[in-house]
Amino acid sequence: MNPPPAVEVTHLRKVYGSGHTEIVAMRDASLSIAPGEIVGMFGPSGSGKSTLLTAMALINPPTSGQIHIGGKPVMDGPRALVDLRAFRRQHLGFVFQKANLIPFLTALENVQIALEVNDVAPKPACTRAMELLEYLGVGARSNNLPVALSGGEQQRVAVARALANNPSLILADEPTAALDGPLGRQVMELFAKIAHEKNAGVIVVTHDHRTLDVFDRILDVEDGMIQVRSSSHG
Amino acid sequence: MNLAVRDIRHNAGRFAFTSVGIGLLLMIVMGMGGIYRGLIHEATLLVDRVGADLWIVQGNTRGPFAEVSRIPANLEDRVRAVPGVAQTRRFVSHTIQREHQGKPLRMVVQGLSWPEDGGDWLSLVAGRPLRQAHYEMIADESLDLPLGTRIRLGKDFYQIVGLTRGMVGTSGDGLTFFTVSDAMAIQFDQPGEALRLERAARRARVEAVDTGRLQPLLLDRAVGLTSGIPALAPPQVSAVMVTLRPGADVASVRRTLSNWPDITVYSTQEQKDLLLSGMVDKAKRQLGLFRALLIIISTIIIALIIYTLTLDKIRDIALLKLIGARNSVIGGLILQQALLMGSFGYGLAWWIGQYAFPKFPRLVLIEPSDLVSLAIIVVIISTLASLLGIWKAMNVEPNTVLSA
Repeated sequence: MNPPPAVEVTHLRKVYGSGHTEIVAMRDASLSIAPGEIVGMFGPSGSGKSTLLTAMALINPPTSGQIHIGGKPVMDGPRALVDLRAFRRQHLGFVFQKANLIPFLTALENVQIALEVNDVAPKPACTRAMELLEYLGVGARSNNLPVALSGGEQQRVAVARALANNPSLILADEPTAALDGPLGRQVMELFAKIAHEKNAGVIVVTHDHRTLDVFDRILDVEDGMIQVRSSSHG
Repeated sequence: MNLAVRDIRHNAGRFAFTSVGIGLLLMIVMGMGGIYRGLIHEATLLVDRVGADLWIVQGNTRGPFAEVSRIPANLEDRVRAVPGVAQTRRFVSHTIQREHQGKPLRMVVQGLSWPEDGGDWLSLVAGRPLRQAHYEMIADESLDLPLGTRIRLGKDFYQIVGLTRGMVGTSGDGLTFFTVSDAMAIQFDQPGEALRLERAARRARVEAVDTGRLQPLLLDRAVGLTSGIPALAPPQVSAVMVTLRPGADVASVRRTLSNWPDITVYSTQEQKDLLLSGMVDKAKRQLGLFRALLIIISTIIIALIIYTLTLDKIRDIALLKLIGARNSVIGGLILQQALLMGSFGYGLAWWIGQYAFPKFPRLVLIEPSDLVSLAIIVVIISTLASLLGIWKAMNVEPNTVLSA
C-alpha cells in the first residue's frame, strides 16, 4: 500500500476582497506531493504561488477546496478540520526568503525553541538541535546570535529549525533569494538531500532557474492556475 | 527555555533604564507609605510611651492633642483622691522656637510631674533622668544638642542631662523633658518690661475703683508678685494623666470622674483616636492620593514599555505562532517581562530606600506589612500592564512573518 501524499490540494480557490475589489488569487488548483519528493514552484509575481504556499502552510485559509496533509484532511474551504497551530508544529516546516531567526536567541536556541514548543523537554531538545546544526554544517556556530552569522549560516539554521520536529511537509518561500549563486545552489541541494533522506515532501517557491535540476518536479503557477511543466530529471 | 529572560538579556540597557525609572517611582510610593506610618508613629509615640490609663482634659474639649485644653494644676490632687487611682501626673506640652548657635531650634517642651516622674520611663541613649527640681532637661538627639549643653530658655539656663532617640512630637520636632514647673516657667515666661507694664496696668485699674482708693494696701499688692495675688487664676496645665491601681475598675473610676462637670475623661485609646482622626487623617488621604497617582503612572509606564518591546518583536511573535507556539508561551513571555520589570523596580526601590529614607527630615517608617502590600500591588500592576502587549501579540497573524 502506497503511503499517503505529503500534501494533497484539491480544487483550491482563493478570493481576496469582494465586489469591485475582488481579486481571484487562485482559481482551481490541485496538486499532490509524495513523501520524499522535492517540487519547485515557479511563476511571476502575483501569479498566486505564495497564496498557494501559505494555504498549504495553514496560515491563509482558502475560499474553497480541500487540503490533506499526510493523508489527513485539514482544511475544507475556509473551515479548519484540525487545531491548525498544533498541526503546524507537529507536521510542517517553514523556510523563508529571510531566515527569520529570533534575534535574542542563539543559533542552537532558535532550533531548540521549535522543539520545545512541541513539548520536547529542554535537554533532549538541545541534543536534537545540536545534531541538526551539525548535520547542516553550522554546529560550530551554535552559540552565536543570528547577528554574528553570515546569510548562508542563518539560512542553514532556519532549515535546521524547519527540520526540528521531523515534518512530513517542508514549505520554502524563495529560500535562496538572499543568497549568492553558489550558496543558493548549496541550500537547494540541501533541500533535495533532506527530501530524500528524511522522506519529507518539500515544496520550494523560487525564481532561480539555475537550480531546476535539483527538483523532482516543477510546477508553473500562472494567473491562479497550476501547470505541471516536467520532471526535471526526465 | 525562558524567552523573557533571553529577550531581556538582549535588550539589557533598555530594560535596566526602565527598571531604574520604575524603581524610583516605586521608591516614592514606598516612601509615601513610610511617611504616613512615620506620622502615625510620631503622633502617638508620646501617648503610647507615657503609659497613662486615663486622660483628664478641659470639659467639652477633645484634649491637648486636638485643641487648647486648660485645667487647674491642683485638679491633680482632686483626682488622686478618687478610689482606684494610683498616680496622677500633670501634662504640660507646648512647642517653642528659639535661636541656638545662630540657627532656629524648634522643640516640644514636655513637663514631667516632678518628683514622682523624673523621666525614668524614657529610653535614654545617653545620660540619666532628671534628678533636680529645676534647670535640668532631657532632649531628643534629633535636636543635635550634645549631653552637657546648657541652653537658655526664658530667663534660666537648662543643662541637658539625658538624650533620647526617636522621641518627636506630632510635628516632627524633637521632644524635651523638664519638670512641670520648669516647663510652665518656659511657657509663661515674660520679659521684665512686660511684667512692669502689667503691674502698672493693675495699679491703674485698682486706683480707678473705690476699693483701691479706700484700701491703699491693695495698691502695694497690685504691683507685687503675680503669685501673691489670690484673686488671679492658679497655674493651669493641659491635662492630668491618671494611672490606675492594679485590678482597679476602669469603668467605675471613669464614671466617678465623668460626673465632674468641669472636665472630660478619655482613655488612652480614645486620645490616640482623636489625635489620629484630627491630625493625621488629612495627611493620610493626601498621601494616599499621591500613592494612587504614582501607582497609575507606574502602570502606564510599564504598559507602554512592554507594548513597545512587544512591537519590536512582533515578527518574532508571528514566527513563534507560525511554528506552532501556544498562546501561553507568547503571553507568558510578555507577562514574565512585565513581572520582571516590576520586580527589579521594586527591589531597586527597596534598596535605594534603605539609604535614602533615613536621610529624610521626618521619620519614614517602612513596615514589613507595607512591603508585602506594595509587592502585591507591583504584581497586580505588572500583570495589568502586560495586558496591552498580550492583546497586541494575540492579534498578530502568523503570516506577518512573510510580509517583510
